[in-house]
Amino acid sequence: MIHFVLHDAKDTVAVVVVEGVKSGTAMTGWIMDEDRMINVQAQQDIPIGHKVALKDMVVGDTVWKYGIDMGKVVAPIKTGQHAHVHNIKTKRW
Amino acid sequence: MSVIDKNTTFLGYRRENGRVGIRNHVIILPLDDLSNSAAEAVAHNIKGAMAIPHPYGRLQFGADLELHFRTLIGAGCNPNVAAVVVIGIEDGWTQKVVEGIASTGKPVCGFGIEGHGDHDTILRASKAAREYVQWASEKQREVCGISELWVSTKCGESDTTSGCGANPTVGNAFDKLHPLGNYLCFGETTELTGGEHIVADRCVNDKVREQFMFMFNRYQDVINRHKTSDLSDSQPTKGNIAGGLTTIEEKALGNIQKIGKKCTVDGVIDKAEMPTHPGLWFMDSSSAAAEMVTLCAASGYAIHFFPTGQGNVIGNPIVPVIKICANPRTVRLMSEHVDVDTSGLLQREITLDQAGDQLLACMLRTANGRLTAAEALGHREFVLTRLFESA
Repeated sequence: MIHFVLHDAKDTVAVVVVEGVKSGTAMTGWIMDEDRMINVQAQQDIPIGHKVALKDMVVGDTVWKYGIDMGKVVAPIKTGQHAHVHNIKTKRW
Repeated sequence: MSVIDKNTTFLGYRRENGRVGIRNHVIILPLDDLSNSAAEAVAHNIKGAMAIPHPYGRLQFGADLELHFRTLIGAGCNPNVAAVVVIGIEDGWTQKVVEGIASTGKPVCGFGIEGHGDHDTILRASKAAREYVQWASEKQREVCGISELWVSTKCGESDTTSGCGANPTVGNAFDKLHPLGNYLCFGETTELTGGEHIVADRCVNDKVREQFMFMFNRYQDVINRHKTSDLSDSQPTKGNIAGGLTTIEEKALGNIQKIGKKCTVDGVIDKAEMPTHPGLWFMDSSSAAAEMVTLCAASGYAIHFFPTGQGNVIGNPIVPVIKICANPRTVRLMSEHVDVDTSGLLQREITLDQAGDQLLACMLRTANGRLTAAEALGHREFVLTRLFESA
């Protein structure tokens, strides 16, 4: 089963694509552009469609998805944690 | 090999001006809000006629009025429309819309309410609509080439599965249609924010790139002029955020997957303008679903690809809207709205090429007459874009 997908090996967040991911779930991820698999353990419950952090990040870090800048970190994030509006914010507008 | 090539055909309605439609609607088109009641009465009287009510058309002026006329005339000119009855509160602007639609050669007439009242207007308009409906009912579908189908796209209630699954499916289909000479269209100007450089890089030449950046920056100015916050309550929407999208950049990067990996952006049009040659066109447009699809209908597009993540239910009275979804939960909970399920993409059960072909197969069936989910459910959202206040 694929638990999460990412587009580019450079990405620091990935999308959970199954329901029921709980803290502690051992997850398999698919790097779509390279057709390669990676493993990450969830550190929090993460709803389907929401993002998991693939590395530790500190405030001010750029978040990468699709291999491109998608915003900035506004609260520290650990690998395996839920990455969303509570810890990432737009750089625009 | 794809399900389509240059020899692929479908059964469409060839109109007087040569354009090909895939539906055969007789529409009762109100010029303004005041005429909705009469238009709906006519559509009630005459089975097979369809009223397209909307809330605007009074005291608009300048560019906003021009867009109003362009949208109504464009909707009437759309090749999915066989004939049009226009009803307005007065004759002047009513006749302006009639004349615009008459340029296609299709049957069209108009009725002003002032000096007659609703009863007499409904009587006269119903007589015309009855003739049009019976005339249109004898129109036959004929064999048309794949490149004669104009295809637009816009996504809605997006979530992260849109960018991984549903939108790349549209992109794959666009990559296959583009070399065949189809007219294609995308837009959603503000939802390219954070990915505008990607679209600019895809523009076929510097002139198109300049036109695109002009439209992009013009819309950014509108946001900056009116915003009261950083827009993170509106873009992404609450639905987007519930679905896992965090920033406008992330939403934009997913959005842009709809233009595939190979298509060049070949031209730029303003809202509801008609493209002038085959290829992929960027239309400056709102990112609100019903507004954007209505603008595509007014630009002459005959079929629409609408990828969704959380489950947008939109339809359009004139243009069949095909829903594509890759979110397995949405497919399970809202199956009656989904035409093409590409959730297998996210489990590597199907390839992107196969997903694109599933969409193209659905496109051909829809072009041949199969009703979309939105059509079967009666979704007829016709929403006019406004540029500023009425006078």
